[in-house]
Formats: sequence, C-alpha cells, structure tokens
Amino acid sequence: MLKLEGVSVGAGDFALDADLALAPGRRVAVIGPSGAGKSTLLDAIAGFRRPARGRILWGGQDVTEAPPDRRPVASLFQENNLFPHLDLVRNLGLALRPDGARPRREAVAQVEAALARVGLAGLGGRRPGALSGGQQGRAALARVLLQRRPIMALDEPFSALGPALKAEMLEIVRDVAQELGALTLLVTHDPEDARRFAEEVVFVADGLAHPPVMTEALFADPPEALRAYLGR
Amino acid sequence: MAARAVAVSGGRGQAVSRMAAALAGAGVIALTLVPVAAVLFRAGGWGQLGPGDWQALRFTLLQATLSAAFSVLLAIPVARALARRRFPGRGLLVALLGAPFILPVIVAVLGLIAVFGRSGLLNSGLEALGLPPMTIYGLHGVVIAHVFFNLPLATRLLLQGWLSLPAERFRLAASLGLTPWAMIRVLEWPMIRRIAPGAFAVIFVICLSSFAVALTLGGGPRATTVELAIYQAVRFDFDLGRAALLSVIQLGLAAVAGLVALRLGGEQGFGVGLDRRIDRWDGRTPAARAIDLVWIVAVALFLMMPLATVVWRGLPGLAALGAGTWEAAWHSVTVALGSTAICLLWALPLASRRGEVLGLAGIALSPLVLGTGLFLVLRPVVNPLSLALPVTALINALVALPFALRILRPEAEAIRADYSRLRQALGLTPLAWFRLVLLPRLRRPLGFAAGLTAALSMGDLGVIALFADPDRATLPLQVYRLMGAYRMEAAGGAALLLLGLSFAAFWMFDRGGRVNAEA
Repeated sequence: MLKLEGVSVGAGDFALDADLALAPGRRVAVIGPSGAGKSTLLDAIAGFRRPARGRILWGGQDVTEAPPDRRPVASLFQENNLFPHLDLVRNLGLALRPDGARPRREAVAQVEAALARVGLAGLGGRRPGALSGGQQGRAALARVLLQRRPIMALDEPFSALGPALKAEMLEIVRDVAQELGALTLLVTHDPEDARRFAEEVVFVADGLAHPPVMTEALFADPPEALRAYLGR
Repeated sequence: MAARAVAVSGGRGQAVSRMAAALAGAGVIALTLVPVAAVLFRAGGWGQLGPGDWQALRFTLLQATLSAAFSVLLAIPVARALARRRFPGRGLLVALLGAPFILPVIVAVLGLIAVFGRSGLLNSGLEALGLPPMTIYGLHGVVIAHVFFNLPLATRLLLQGWLSLPAERFRLAASLGLTPWAMIRVLEWPMIRRIAPGAFAVIFVICLSSFAVALTLGGGPRATTVELAIYQAVRFDFDLGRAALLSVIQLGLAAVAGLVALRLGGEQGFGVGLDRRIDRWDGRTPAARAIDLVWIVAVALFLMMPLATVVWRGLPGLAALGAGTWEAAWHSVTVALGSTAICLLWALPLASRRGEVLGLAGIALSPLVLGTGLFLVLRPVVNPLSLALPVTALINALVALPFALRILRPEAEAIRADYSRLRQALGLTPLAWFRLVLLPRLRRPLGFAAGLTAALSMGDLGVIALFADPDRATLPLQVYRLMGAYRMEAAGGAALLLLGLSFAAFWMFDRGGRVNAEA
C-alpha cells in the first residue's frame, strides 16, 4: 500500500492535506480544479516536494525523506521527459545507468525491446526532435517501463495531444501499468480521462486530497465540490 | 508552475554543484580581496598625493563624463535611424556595432591616429581647405577613442529600446496621424529616458578605468587618468605607497559608479534580435530620410575608417614582422587560451543569479588595481616580472568573468529549470549531468563566451604593461613599444596581426559552439 499519513505539503502560501491509502496495481486518476494541488500531491509522492508534516509509506517503509531516484516512483512530467540532444538509446539508457556510461550491448537490447513495446521499434537512433508528439510520449513511457518502479506518476503528460492520440496513449499506459503491475497515478483535468482510464479517483479541491473512491460510484453520485467542478 | 521543482533532500548532485560553486566563488573573492587588502595595507597617509594625482582624479572624472555624454547623445539619432530604416548592409552595420567589444584597444588607437592624427586623413583634408590642423593627443583624443568604443554600445542599447516598443503603439500613432514631434514626445522620449541614464552610467564606469587609451593618447600632467597614474607610480617612480593610495581612490570611484550603474542599468543583454524592424508609418518625408541617411553614413565611416586604415597600412608591415613580434604573438595566444580556460572553468559553476552578482566584482575592480595588489603580494616571494604572463591570464579571466556569466547564466538556469526533475527522477550522477546534459546544452553560449574571453584577453593592454620586462611582451604591448620607438610600419604590421588573431580567436570559438549544435 501507498499510504499518506497526515501529510501536509505546502507550495508558497498554499497547503494541501492528504490522508489516504492506495492499493498496489490500481489505476488512479487525480482530478480537481486547476490550482487545487493535483501536481503538488504528485510531487510529494514522487519526492520533488518535502511535506511539512506527516509520513509517506510504501509497503510499510517510510520514504518521506528519500530523494526522487530512491523512491518506488517513476515520473512522467508535463514536458521535458527526454533530453533533446541525446538519441533515444542514450536517453533511455540513463534509466538503466544514471552515471551516463555509454550503454552496453545488453542494455541497448533492453532499450530496443522497451521501444518496440511502445511501438517505436527501430527508432532508437532518433533524437526527440525528430519524433512526433505522440512518439515522444511513447518514448517517455518506454523510459518508465525501463525504470521498473512499482508506482507510475503521470502529471498530465498528454495534455498537448489531440483527443484520439490521447486515448491511444492512455491505452499504452494501461498496458505498461499492467505489465509492471504498477500503481498508476494520472493527474488530469479531463473527467473523461478519469472515466476511461481509472478504477479509482482521488478528488483534490480546497486544499484537501480526498481518499480514493471507485470511479463509477463517484461519477454516479458526485459530492457537492465535484459537482461544482464538473459544472452540473 | 515552472519554477516549482525543489528537491526534497537535494541529493548528491546538488551537493557537488554547490561545493563547486562555493570553491569558484571563494576564488573570485580571494583574488579580488587579497590584492585589495595588500594595496590597502601598503597605502600610506593622504599626504603622499601630489597635485598631479589630484589632477589625474579630475581628468578621470571629466573624460569619463564627456565620453559617456557624447556616446549616448550621438547614439540617439543613430539608433533611431537604424530602428526605422531597412537598407542593404543594415545587418552588417548592426554586427559591426558589436565589433569594438572584441577589438584590441591598441589597434583602434592606431587606426584613430591614422585618421585623426597629425598626418592623418582628417588633417590632410583640413589642410587642403586651409584650416588649422587638429591633434589627437590629449583630452579630445581620449574622448574620441572612448566614443569610438562606446558609441556602438550605446547605440545597441538604445536600438534594443526602440525595438522593444510594441508594434501596436506605432499602429495607433499612425491611425491617429500623430505629428513627428508628438511621436517623439509620446512614444520615443519616454523610452530614451528609461534607457539613456543606464547607458550613460555603464559607459561612465567603463571609461573610469581607462588605461590603454590614456596611455597611448593621453599622458602628461593634463591628460592622465588615475589608472595611468597607478601605472606610472609603480613602473617609473616605484612608489608603491602612492600606487596603493591611488588604487584605493580608483577602487572607491569604480565601486560607487559601478553600484549606480547597476541600479540604473537593469537587465542588458547582448543585443539578441536586433535584426527585427518594426513597421512604422512615420519618417517618410525626404527630410527625415536625409537625416537618417546622414547619421548612418557618418557612424559607418567613423567606425570603419580607422579599421580600414589599420588593415591598409598594416599590410606592408606584415612582411617585415620581427622575431620579437612573433614571440609576442605566441605569448598572446597562450595567454588568451589560458585565460579562456580559466574563465570558463570559473564561470560554469557560478552560472546562477548569485554567482553573477559575485562575478560583477571583477567589472568594478580595475585590472591595474588587481595587478598592483598581486605585485605587492608576489614581490616578497618571487620576482613578479617572471610571472607576468600567468598573472595576465588570470586577471584577464577575472575581468572577462562578468561577461561570460551574463552569457551563460540565462541558459544554464533554463537547463536547470527544465531538467532538474528528470535529473532527480533518474538519479543522474553529477558527472553524467555535467557531461551529458549541461555541457552539450550549453555549447552555443559557451562558444560565444569563450570567443569573447579569448578576444578580450588577446587584445588586453593593461596589467601586462605593469609586469612586463623585455622578454615577456604580449602582442598589444609589442605594438605599443614599436609605436613608442616610432617604428610605425612594424607597429602597423603587428597591429594587423593582432587584429587578425583577436577576430580569429573569437570566430573559432564562437563557431565551434555552433557547428553541429542541434537544439
């Protein structure tokens, strides 16, 4: 279980409180009005922001103080998921060798396999700039695949893509998550994404991250704050 | 949202870069403070200042005021003309406005003498018209040289101001049918009032620590700057106490003026995007066109004539370069390369906002004060003259550091802002981050900064004059010595060689940063 116990995390003069638990392997959408703290919640889990109070536990182990690379979390950001001057093999190789050594044949094979898995077979020599937006998203997912962490944190990584492409990417995320058996946290401002992708929803509003609710149940009978956000 | 990434516990990467920054910063502080402390320690009472020294102080302030005033005033019509005209060669002229920055002072002085000097082009013309000749030496020579170097800087700053005026305002002015005078009052004058004081202050500071120009075109009791007085006190009178006292005065001047300039100056870039031209509907009358044309031609001539004469008169001298000149050229190349390496190694860890403030110490401190201080520090240990070249390289690096930081800082901060999360998420080692991300992403600005540093160092005639003995001249010093010996042809050849080396150094480094650099 990923547990947030009495966590309060601040960003400027804003604070977000979270007291919740998420089960391994679940697909969870994090939704809420913009500025409510969705990204802040993810930052706390991924280790980019230190909570002012409370503990974060994974499998009973306290990871509150661990730096991002020592956490069970692989992150996909809104942008800058790949270094633009390195080709895909070198980019993804960094997930295997953080010391930046040129990937050996075995590592290259691993990278190629990951690329093939997301539908980018044979494109290892390309730089990100030579890929379409959708392909860049796939490459970033391949990086997450290589990191093999039990939690995937996705902070609106596909918000720049069109609807069809985004749906396709969410399919791949679902596959990758399934393959890794990873708990997947998807921040989105689109309730449709949550319906399509997530088993559970964490609703963030008014400085509070609500405990997860089953997606269907939530949308069938939305609480007052969510209804305001959805506009009905 | 962009500026939110702060690491939880920093990690090893941040710790290493913080340590490198602290080391580099300590180096800057030690190098600026220790010589100054040595100078202060040696400074005697105020009584040791002669009347000549007070006159030097007065002259320093006077020439800096005049130089800055003329540079800015003349720059206003030039920048205006460049902002609203498009003509063939405009891009070249704008690029030329950046050239004085990497032009060795001694080369420019030689060119100015060839144009404005006793037997120069201007006096030939005056003679033909039956008018009395003018001389380039003394106050107005110093001011002309400073205007030659700083008019382009002022023009670039003002041009940036003009190009920053929103296009909509010109559209509005056109649709309202504003008269030219109303246009100036409503649109342009407020911009000039915003930019000109800062430009004046920056140029004033630059001219305050003028040494090479005063050395070559000034001199004598009536045209000596404080910097020149320091040099003379050390070199001719060997009066270290007086030199120290003068250094303190120079330091105070530069510090006060530097702080004022910093307050007035604000953010000044290196003139990116000066190719832009905003569509305007004013200035279409023949008179307006004629005025702009006159200004553009005048400034182009003023900037290009001296350079052209250096090239023209230097060509015959190239064949007759002596062994001493070649040796001096070799010294200059080594000093420039050493200086560039030191400067970049220094600048990389300091490329942050705080580091840039620290690096500014180098711009306020005068090389002559630093040199005097190092002279005093080294003298008990070694013969300072034997260290002339390394000391020159080191001080040149320190002097170029603020420029290098200004070039590198924005890009370095952008890289950190964009990729620090990915770096942390991957747990990149400090070396991998430096080698695989920072260096490759910084290639263009690094090349540009290296080119500027190399050219600045190549052309520097400052601290080397203080330390040099006959065996250890750099090329600028060699040119100066040849001029002093009235061997004008040899001086011309050496100056042309120096010009070529400076521009080649800039070009090679700058180009090295661009070739094959992909976004």
